[in-house]
Amino acid sequence: MVTIEINGQQVEAEQGQMLIEAADKAGIAIPRFCYHKNLSISASCRMCLVEVEKAPKPMPACATPVADGMVVNTKSTYALAAQKSVMEFLLINHPLDCPVCDQGGECDLQEFSIGYGSDKSQYAEIKRVVKDKDIGPLIATELTRCIHCTRCVRFGQEIAGMRELGATGRGDWMEIGTYIEKSIDSELSGNIIDLCPVGALTSKVSRFTYRVWELANNDSISAHDCIGSNCNAQTKNGEIKRVISRQNDSINDAWISDRDRYSFEGLQSDDRLTKPMIKKDGAWTEASWDDALQFAVNSLKDIKDKSQIGTVCSPSVTTEEMYLLQKVMRGIGSNNIDHRLRQSDFRGQDQDPLFPGLGMSVADVAAQQAAILIGSNVRKEQPIMGHQLRQASLKGAKISFVNPVSFDANFNVAHEFTIAPSQMFKELKVLAKVALENSSAGAPEGLAALVSSVKVTDEHKQCIAELSDADNSMVILGTIVQAMPNYSAMRILASYIADASNSTLSYLTPGANTSGAYLSGLLPNRTQVAQGEFANTDGLDTQAMFAQKLKAYILYGIEVERDLDNPVQASQALDNADFVVSLSAFVTDAIKAGSDVILPISTITESSGTLINVAGIWQSFNAVSKAKGLSKPGWKVLRVMGNLFNIDGFDYQSSEDVINELKSALALENSQSETSRATNQLVWDCPENISAQTTDIQRIAELSIYNVDAVTRRATALQKTQDAQVDVAKINSALAKKLKLEDAQAVTAKQADNTAQVTISIDNKITDNCVYLSAGNVAASSLGGGFDTIELIPA
Amino acid sequence: MSEINKDLINAASRVDIDQWVAKYPADQKQSAVMAALRIVQDQNGGWLTTELMDAVASYLDMDKIHVYEVATFYSMYEHKPVGKHKICVCTNISCMVCGSGEIVDHLEDKLDVKMGGTTEDNRFTLKEVECLGACSGAPMIQIGEHYYENLDAEKIDKILEELK
Ligand code: SF4
Ligand code: FES
Ligand code: FES
Repeated sequence: MVTIEINGQQVEAEQGQMLIEAADKAGIAIPRFCYHKNLSISASCRMCLVEVEKAPKPMPACATPVADGMVVNTKSTYALAAQKSVMEFLLINHPLDCPVCDQGGECDLQEFSIGYGSDKSQYAEIKRVVKDKDIGPLIATELTRCIHCTRCVRFGQEIAGMRELGATGRGDWMEIGTYIEKSIDSELSGNIIDLCPVGALTSKVSRFTYRVWELANNDSISAHDCIGSNCNAQTKNGEIKRVISRQNDSINDAWISDRDRYSFEGLQSDDRLTKPMIKKDGAWTEASWDDALQFAVNSLKDIKDKSQIGTVCSPSVTTEEMYLLQKVMRGIGSNNIDHRLRQSDFRGQDQDPLFPGLGMSVADVAAQQAAILIGSNVRKEQPIMGHQLRQASLKGAKISFVNPVSFDANFNVAHEFTIAPSQMFKELKVLAKVALENSSAGAPEGLAALVSSVKVTDEHKQCIAELSDADNSMVILGTIVQAMPNYSAMRILASYIADASNSTLSYLTPGANTSGAYLSGLLPNRTQVAQGEFANTDGLDTQAMFAQKLKAYILYGIEVERDLDNPVQASQALDNADFVVSLSAFVTDAIKAGSDVILPISTITESSGTLINVAGIWQSFNAVSKAKGLSKPGWKVLRVMGNLFNIDGFDYQSSEDVINELKSALALENSQSETSRATNQLVWDCPENISAQTTDIQRIAELSIYNVDAVTRRATALQKTQDAQVDVAKINSALAKKLKLEDAQAVTAKQADNTAQVTISIDNKITDNCVYLSAGNVAASSLGGGFDTIELIPA
Repeated sequence: MSEINKDLINAASRVDIDQWVAKYPADQKQSAVMAALRIVQDQNGGWLTTELMDAVASYLDMDKIHVYEVATFYSMYEHKPVGKHKICVCTNISCMVCGSGEIVDHLEDKLDVKMGGTTEDNRFTLKEVECLGACSGAPMIQIGEHYYENLDAEKIDKILEELK
């Protein structure tokens, strides 16, 4: 620690810190444009010039390290004169078009020019004009306003890991841009809007729809992945106009993903459901809430055998809704409740941890020295987790992947094992064998025999050695492996590898609230019985519920054809059922076709509630935007249903009552906002040796980035991005040759009796003999299971 | 990184670039970017195309935009076709004081082309440049790797004659 003096005030600072950091900490404001806490220092704008005693000239506070006894003045006439001249230079070419600029009212340049600018300009020459560039559907450019702070360029290089923007030209002619015509494709791209201190980069989606001072700030939580990024959803007249990031150093730093930023557009979709609807004699009519609820409850009461009712819930709704939904269903005597929409192998479910989580905080991931990700396209599935892993990698961490596709990474990948889904079990056996050979502990029962015949390579050895040598390391199960047909066997091996290499076994889970679903008991096989205690129940999992064609279904926040692993199987089950209730924010022909009554529930931003992220952090929020029409928050609807069923304990006054009841069931205090991270490690239970030697072509399904939930699927700008162009079947050139198919050729994809029309895209990142046809998109909705065999027939 | 791109750089240029790459630590290949750009520019008759810059990017494992930044920053790189001889006329302070204005006028007259343009026969391109560090010989021009100093109209005529 050193002590310095700023404006006469004694300030403690750490050795090596820059002046601006010390001043920020002490609450002393120094104007700045290029400096940003989460980016490298470029010291290029010179706005932060201050007076340092004994220094021969004004010093940039962002690039001047503190020294003991330093005497600094940020407001002396000398410092002010320097700051004012910088301001004058910056304004030379600026168009001063604040009245038509979206940034007006929150612009650093505007603000500092009030403090430091002059009301007259000495500049009489011609101002330069920069042509705007089209950099894609998300970000609008107005580059004449740019002051060349290069924050956006540094963000691309340092955080997004894709250097897409640059500063070309020189001096007067320097321009920010892509040089060639190109869209910005990073999944984190929107952050440059928040970073840009002026109005050069603004949101294309929100453009000209508000003035900053009309917006209300609402602290909220992003609900499109399991990270729980903190955001600020800004509203005007109760409608979200813009979402920006909110700093949380233990979760998302200063960033949010584009999905979290732009999904709100889907809230205004034309197919929002605004009134309850009932199907009578095949025709849909609008109904009052009373009638609709009574109809739903009576029809469910008519099903005498309650084990004939199946309830399937989205993993991205609030914990309150999840808890009440399972409470209602258990109250009427049905344990067929599930939120695991894409899982197909449930054999290991009784070994599931309290909740499948990271086993550490999100930010801790950046401090790992090694990790292996199994079945994960982390960068697109959980962009902020991708960011944390990239930060680890930049510090030298060895990060490896076992995947059916060689996904694009934005950091150095240590080892990449790209193999067909059917061979992944074998690959994990190889890694387990190495782990076993290195381990001083004895082999768990059956493992030695299981792995005896597999061949080990140096690369496998290195990969495991990196895990074992690291002080902190993780073995991560991604959502792709969790959807695979022999997930349970692979998970046991992953757990062993983690055990033997002294790593944390971690999960990255689907949706925004899988943790909440587990903790609230939205599972067929387990229920809370007393404070913190669970008992096993014998309900049906998602697959079984649809395979067994039950009499009645309750669908909560689900679009069957987009949200389930096997959409065709599910639709058939609904067609066959006597009665189906859909609780949904949207209404589509498909929902109508599959339901008998549809109840309009609020989306997450329209209701108060709680999301529990993958690290076990409980984050509650208030309703941000106005409910659509007569739609109601889900917890209120479920409360009424509980009462109509005459189940005890449904007298909640607020969503807090609900969450507090759950907390006390979990032996947590009301004020607690974190579930302790119980270990994920499994008890060894030797998996069966499956050797899948098949010549059939296997499908690889990954839930693509902008198809994850109903709201995102309706966000039009996101759907125009490169990442959203997924209605294709990707195969590698070897398979294309074998099947005599060409790039861009139209084909029929066929799984059992189900077909879809798709275009071929040749991509050598796909492993041999597999077809990558992502889940959740239109083509997949008429197909079967994500990892079933598939044929491609030329159209 | 596509291989097709790299093929735009011919074998001789590759040998040259590799010599430069060898001067820097293996993980800092990008240090050779300026030399590489100069080499491919020469290979291409004095100017760079986007494809060539992309080729350099993939040859040196750099982001394309990074190469564009370098290539647009330095005035020695051309982004449009140039004539056989590029005449760089310094009009910076010392040369200006010593009469670069007349040099410019004379060249423009003689070659019948405006500053920045190329003669119809594609022999000469006129380019205005900043101080080339030869103020003691002002006014001056640079053609290829040669500096021509203490110029006047007569000397210019002679130089142009020699280059015909
Ligand atoms: S566009 Fe904005 S963030 Fe990028 S350099 Fe210009 S002012 Fe800075
Ligand atoms: S903030 Fe210090 S130079 Fe820009
Ligand atoms: S000013 Fe012309 S060479 Fe220096």
